[in-house]
Amino acid sequence: MKRYKARFGGAVVEALLDRKQAILVIAADRLLEIARYSRDEEHFDLLVDLTAVDWPKREKRFDLVLNLYSFSKNERVRLKALVAENEPVPSVESVWPTANWLEREVYDMFGIVFEGHSNLKRLLLPEEWQGHPLRKDYDILQQDEAWVRENLGIESGQ
Amino acid sequence: MAERYNFGAGAGGVNVETTVLGADEIILNMGPQHPSTHGVLRVKLRLDGEKVVGSECVIGYLHRGVEKIAEHRSYQQFAPYVDRMDYVAAVSNGLGYCETVEKLLGAEAPPRARVIRTILTELQRIASHLFWLGTHALDIGALTPLFYCLREREEILKIFEKYCGARLTTHAFRIGGLQYEAYDELEKDTERFCKDFDRRVDEYESLLTENRIWVGRTKGIGVLTADAAIAMGVTGPVLRASGVQWDIRKSMPYAAYDQYEFSIPTGKNGDTYDRYLVRLEEMRQSRKICLQAIENIPAGPILGKVGKVLKPPPGEVYHSIEAPKGELGYYIVSDGTTQPYRVRIRPPSLINLEALDQMIRGHLVADVVAVIGTLDIVLGEVDR
Repeated sequence: MKRYKARFGGAVVEALLDRKQAILVIAADRLLEIARYSRDEEHFDLLVDLTAVDWPKREKRFDLVLNLYSFSKNERVRLKALVAENEPVPSVESVWPTANWLEREVYDMFGIVFEGHSNLKRLLLPEEWQGHPLRKDYDILQQDEAWVRENLGIESGQ
Repeated sequence: MAERYNFGAGAGGVNVETTVLGADEIILNMGPQHPSTHGVLRVKLRLDGEKVVGSECVIGYLHRGVEKIAEHRSYQQFAPYVDRMDYVAAVSNGLGYCETVEKLLGAEAPPRARVIRTILTELQRIASHLFWLGTHALDIGALTPLFYCLREREEILKIFEKYCGARLTTHAFRIGGLQYEAYDELEKDTERFCKDFDRRVDEYESLLTENRIWVGRTKGIGVLTADAAIAMGVTGPVLRASGVQWDIRKSMPYAAYDQYEFSIPTGKNGDTYDRYLVRLEEMRQSRKICLQAIENIPAGPILGKVGKVLKPPPGEVYHSIEAPKGELGYYIVSDGTTQPYRVRIRPPSLINLEALDQMIRGHLVADVVAVIGTLDIVLGEVDR
């Protein structure tokens, strides 16, 4: 953690422990650089998971969360970047190819756009679907009724 | 809805331009109703003759929005939902979820509960691998192993049924420990099953391991090198067959795994045949763990003190277990209320499936079936 602070200075906004798990809050625009450093210098070879959390009341509403694992150190670390709505984030696909689908899922569910992604389209929902279901302002009963009517031929709720 | 055959570029795309026969490439649609896709997986294959030059997976047919549902249920109410993800290994899903919430609460299950959890989870691993072996062999054309595998799996499901009343979506564990005390003959039943099981695995081996057709269909098919596997985030038996000796039960022990002796089998070539051998050996190791665990189940309470209303202090936790298919992780954010603020499930099947495209390039259509089988995916977990 200290090494991250020394290397990236202000780009590491906060370094903390929650229930003994290491979390680094970083600036989103330097994500790619920090990701590459994590893999090459700190040996976090495995991108375990990439996801997001929505906090609509905050100025920058999304947490982009990367869970990393290092085989040689047997350690985990969590990178967290704060992202505003409509703010593009650099894709980490070039560092960990597995991010391809994970970023597509985050784009699908939260509408975060990844710059430099090779094939950014929805992963689980149909491509024409309107809205991003895991945002907090998307109600649990809400759905794209026009899509459902047109493609499934049923009224919503049937 | 208009059909789009857009393969894009890069990891999900196609780079091969020249075709062997000089003929036009064709697009073949496989699934979502194809029996060998193990559910509702659709793969769009780009073919040169019978050779695969590119592919794209279309998933989401079974998307139920489990992560969204979690935000609208209390911690206890959400527990049965996780059984419906990887429904072939529901007990493992439940263990991962319960342990994550316990971590979030700062609580721990009592020793007795942890040992019983370990026994049931290892039996579940055997059941899941048996189901994989049976269906995988069936896909490739060997019908007999399915009958043998399901015969043994039935005995495990009977143990589950006796323990908690359910066979498939068991909801066997509770946050903080267990709801049900082990029934009187749990040890006896497990022992009876384990005593026979080694011989049964040898039986499967005698059907397949040196079978010329089996070897021909699996050796050198769907090769994944260790570096490629790590880059693709692949975990579980698929990663180990590529030669990476990594198992969360050893590297970051949970439940009661630190008390038992077992080894982590690995492969060398990272092909379909090695993945088959790794999983067979894993079943033997699971049996070993079960036998050690029933030797000494500590006495004591089965449910820790967690209270009836769960309000974890604000914060977040990531916890993962070695599920039969790979690393099953839960990332839960709490805002201090009775309902989780966010639950993210890291499904091993989804991320292993991502490597499919790499693994089938240059192989024949028939091999696609073998590779989908060897990845051991469950679509309920891929789509959630």
